[in-house]
Amino acid sequence: MSAQTTEEAFEPPYLWPAYRSTVLRAPKQPLVRLPSEWFHTIPGPVYGRVPVRPEDADLTRQHAGEPLGERIILTGRVLDSDGRPVRGTLVEIWQANAAGRYVDPSDQHPAPLDPNFTGAGRCLTDAEGRYRFVTVKPGAYPWRNDHNAWRPAHVHFSLFGSQLSSRLVTQMYFPGDPLIPQDPILEAIPDPRGRERLVAAFDREVTQPEWALGYRWDIVLRGRDATPMEA
Amino acid sequence: MAGQGPTPSQTVGPFFGFAMPFPDDTRAVSGDGVRIEGQLLDGAGEPVPDGLIEVWQGEEFARCRTDPEGVFHFVVSKPPANGSHAPHLELYVFARGLLRQLATRLYFPDEEAANAADPALELAGDRRATLVARDEGGILRFDIRLQGEGETVFFEL
Repeated sequence: MSAQTTEEAFEPPYLWPAYRSTVLRAPKQPLVRLPSEWFHTIPGPVYGRVPVRPEDADLTRQHAGEPLGERIILTGRVLDSDGRPVRGTLVEIWQANAAGRYVDPSDQHPAPLDPNFTGAGRCLTDAEGRYRFVTVKPGAYPWRNDHNAWRPAHVHFSLFGSQLSSRLVTQMYFPGDPLIPQDPILEAIPDPRGRERLVAAFDREVTQPEWALGYRWDIVLRGRDATPMEA
Repeated sequence: MAGQGPTPSQTVGPFFGFAMPFPDDTRAVSGDGVRIEGQLLDGAGEPVPDGLIEVWQGEEFARCRTDPEGVFHFVVSKPPANGSHAPHLELYVFARGLLRQLATRLYFPDEEAANAADPALELAGDRRATLVARDEGGILRFDIRLQGEGETVFFEL
């Protein structure tokens, strides 16, 4: 399998009618392909204006009390396609609380808000490309894609990398979630190996005794210098 | 992980508004710049009230969540031309219903000669006008139509 084929099989299409919101938002015209050398290269951390404070990486300590739910540690490495660490890059996450409710005012799911949980975090990767967040495990929640649709528990991730083409917004899922095989957003990824890439691994070494369960999830960013991959 | 290709993309979803914005996120420059205003529209011509637009220009970066009318705005410096490439901004569009971001470009209406020679606009063919902003009294207007009549040209990622 060629590099292009592998990469395409790992990316969801724009139009995926099982996910209804794509129907009026997916472009109908073919995308225009530009030579990769025309792509803008980000000359530095352009997102440097985004404020990142140390406490932003611990979502359980942003309020007076502790949030309800299962305390977890999420960690992993951000790598480029050659397996090299992406250092000092911004990682942003956001999620529902343990009851499956977002603080976003547009979320109308009648599950309780938690006064001790916002669900937004930021950090920069370290010299090994590592990020680390402490949070609570988000709950599943219903959505109106069909009459009884529920999203599997997930954490949204936003990453920059070193080039415009490495920009990635995605979602991380939890292993063993029975909602995963019926989620049209995840199932839009054609290759099952691509879907598996979005599922974190439970990790006893990350887990802290008497404190928090640990999950490990590595992220590989695209880049125009990406080495062609053989499947 | 390495050797398996990039991590797949997923939609930004509808509920990022409490997390992604940051102070002065729509102003890529603190001083004078070009103000850009636009509306994000879906295939029915309806505003997209839960979109996120990001713009890059050199080392400048700005981010704007669309409002209930799908409207977004930025203040960015106008970049110089670069060889045969006319001055332009790089934009990414994120939204519920977009499983991957969309990439587009904004070109400047007062750069007719440079735009006429720009190779990316040439590749855009007869839809190139969707990539050129309109001057509306000192503000540049740039609507983004995701689908249908007047669909904006989007580029492969």
